[in-house]
Amino acid sequence: MTMLENEILPGIVLRAVETSKFKTSMLSISFIEELSKTHGAENALVPALLNRGSKKYPDMISRAAKLDDMYGAAVEPVVRKLGSSQCVGFLASFLDDAYIPGESNMLKEAIEFMGELLLNPAGDGKSFLPQYVESEKENLLQKIRGKINDKQQYAMHRLISQMFSGESYGVDKNGGEEELLSVTGESLWKRYETLLETAPMYIYYAGSAKGETVEALIKEVFSALPQGKRKAFVPIEETGMEKQESVRYFEDAMDVGQGKLTMGFRLPYGCDSLEKIATLRVFNTIYGSSTKAKLFLNVRERLSLCYYASTMADRMKSVVLLSSGIAFEDYERAKDEILAQLDDCRKAVIAEEELSGAKLVIKNQLCTTLDAQGRLEEYWLGQMVSGTKDTAEDLSQAVEKVTIEAVQKLANDLWLDSIYFLRGKESAGC
Amino acid sequence: MLEQNYSQIGEKVLHEKLENGLMVYVFPKHEFSKNFAFFATNYGGMDTKFFLDRKWQDSPMGVAHFLEHKMFDTKDGNALQMLTAFGASPNAFTGSAITGYYFEGSVGFYENLETLLSFVSIPYFTQESVDKEQGIIGQEIQMIEDNPNWQLYTQMMGGLYETHPVRNSVAGTKESISHITAETLYLCHNAFYRPSNMVLCVAGDVDGEKVCELAKKILPKDAGAPAGRDYGTESPKAFKSNVTQEMAVSRPLMQLGIKLIPDEKEGLRQKLLGELLCESWVGTSSPLYARLYEDGLVDKGFYYGFESYEGCAFLIMGGESRDPEAVKKAILAEAKRIDQEGLDEGLFLRLKKASYGAEVRRLNSFEHLCVEQARAYFAKEDIWNFPEVYESITKEDVEKALGDWIKEEAMCLSVIAPKGAEA
Repeated sequence: MTMLENEILPGIVLRAVETSKFKTSMLSISFIEELSKTHGAENALVPALLNRGSKKYPDMISRAAKLDDMYGAAVEPVVRKLGSSQCVGFLASFLDDAYIPGESNMLKEAIEFMGELLLNPAGDGKSFLPQYVESEKENLLQKIRGKINDKQQYAMHRLISQMFSGESYGVDKNGGEEELLSVTGESLWKRYETLLETAPMYIYYAGSAKGETVEALIKEVFSALPQGKRKAFVPIEETGMEKQESVRYFEDAMDVGQGKLTMGFRLPYGCDSLEKIATLRVFNTIYGSSTKAKLFLNVRERLSLCYYASTMADRMKSVVLLSSGIAFEDYERAKDEILAQLDDCRKAVIAEEELSGAKLVIKNQLCTTLDAQGRLEEYWLGQMVSGTKDTAEDLSQAVEKVTIEAVQKLANDLWLDSIYFLRGKESAGC
Repeated sequence: MLEQNYSQIGEKVLHEKLENGLMVYVFPKHEFSKNFAFFATNYGGMDTKFFLDRKWQDSPMGVAHFLEHKMFDTKDGNALQMLTAFGASPNAFTGSAITGYYFEGSVGFYENLETLLSFVSIPYFTQESVDKEQGIIGQEIQMIEDNPNWQLYTQMMGGLYETHPVRNSVAGTKESISHITAETLYLCHNAFYRPSNMVLCVAGDVDGEKVCELAKKILPKDAGAPAGRDYGTESPKAFKSNVTQEMAVSRPLMQLGIKLIPDEKEGLRQKLLGELLCESWVGTSSPLYARLYEDGLVDKGFYYGFESYEGCAFLIMGGESRDPEAVKKAILAEAKRIDQEGLDEGLFLRLKKASYGAEVRRLNSFEHLCVEQARAYFAKEDIWNFPEVYESITKEDVEKALGDWIKEEAMCLSVIAPKGAEA
């Protein structure tokens, strides 16, 4: 695997991974901005609108016909939230030429297709087509409202939006409903032009082509982008948050059979070094994110309180978020046990074997990242957004050095900020 | 091991049937450092009635899934912990017709494989641990019962099929699992976890011969034939044409099932034909989809496909929609139009290319390779021949299938409607 990383045009970074391991190539283009209530919904709508039609492929039928002709290439609009950043753009996956009967140059076709979608949208130069705007606004609105359908995801969404209210991190990746409703074809076109002119842009490729070939093809197509005002990418600096006096509690009641308990923990500092990132990851694995974790072994296996109780650590925001599904009446028991397990980490009640087991789990995760197209793409987008260039191997080495004392210290630094409980309508409040 | 090359899709498959009846498949992947092993039995949620020891046995709904949970218990502790000891991520799932155990790892492959083969083949249950699991699975059932997409599918299958046990929930209900005892688990393990009813699929930079050696060493030498089963007989018509319930959702969820007569001889061909039929009729490249999308009746979440299990086959399509009845009506009208006017030749040729490409793209995933191989082995399909089978399907074949298969009386529309104030 060889890799190239270049700022190919001002504010436009290309990372190209040359590998012939996969049967497909992956190509993604992202505009990166800080998440905001003001522009979140508009930014999320832009790729959806660009995807509806361009000058050359004005409608869904002609667009689909082109992709089918490229042996079912997938080119999808994507909206992602990484830390406090919003990344919007396109993600493409297409067959490597080796698996296509006859002569082909899929990479060139894919770059040209994405260029066409990005640079030549259907519209009059002042606004997107009104019928497309209305339909994509409605789709996004339904997506935002539809969060309620998945109760586990909804409970996490409710925790994050209330715990981080007032912070970029608290904004949903698709922005807010209110801001979405006020979007017009003209305002959206302006947003599109602003993104195109000023937003830092990141392009990723992994496949069998040489980095230089990819760079030349991209330059050819994207030299048509407006130049001059594009900002170089600057990662958002996160400093963590000092411990607050009391734990905040939020809840909703809904017509459900199972309660969803979510909890948010914070660190008083940002994870700005490989050492801190590695320690957070080891702690998270020991505490709540593997089948060897304290939460799995105790809350689920020993006490049979739940089917799942797991944590995820976001190093970009220095937070640990917990999610669990429990019977309503088990709220206190589950919460107490979850906190008791954290207390054990704080007192260094961690066996040597738990530490070495967690390290192996992480090393295995990092190793398999290199072997999966999608995970590799996400890994490098994450590195771009957090302003680091560490490889999975670098992180793996840092993980190796983490000690029980370091995990204990982190557990002591970590403090419980908020609890959110989605309970049943008939069950009593807590 | 025997070697089979599929040069067009760049796959090589090694395989061997061991003396005890276990089939072993290996996908050599020298460029990768990760590996994947999948050990599965031809036994799932629909196999509740079976013939063993010269008599018919009825087991509670949800027992295959319960058994999957409890198989991880061994005399020496929990097998999940043993697999994690080498850093692998282990898991398992139970479907209507299959139960599979797997791990994805990098180091310690043979040690992990040994653990996998041992814990799945050696049952160890106590009444105490079975009672304890009732709590965990009870919460899992509660979780899926709150999931509208699960309810949508389960009530659709219950509406489409009258007697075939595929209509039952794989996990069962809190009530049905309460009848499960350690004895039930031993009985079902004995009935279905026999090497002759199982398959082992492995992908990675591994030695196929060594994989077979381990399997021979660990698994029973001669375990005999598995239990027989009975899926009853089904009418070609849908049991019910409409099923609906209210839940806390933002807008209606719909799913349309269409019952087909399973092609027991040419399963792969029927599957690919069914998928091409869906693509040309309601797929994302079809004129119908474009119209429904523009009218705001469906969105990008709309899905469709072909599914089959022993004794049943069906098409399934659905998504969120403000007006499920209107979507169903449009789908029926489009079938009628295609039946009269025929398919667009250009569209059909493009869809064949796209379907081939989508199938090859999936081969990146070791999990897909192994799980599909296992499913195909149990269904007696030569799955990696799909390029040739696609090639052989003509526009006329799809038109004929549409005319023969698509009947309103074979359809069941399932809807989850928003409940009260949460809408």
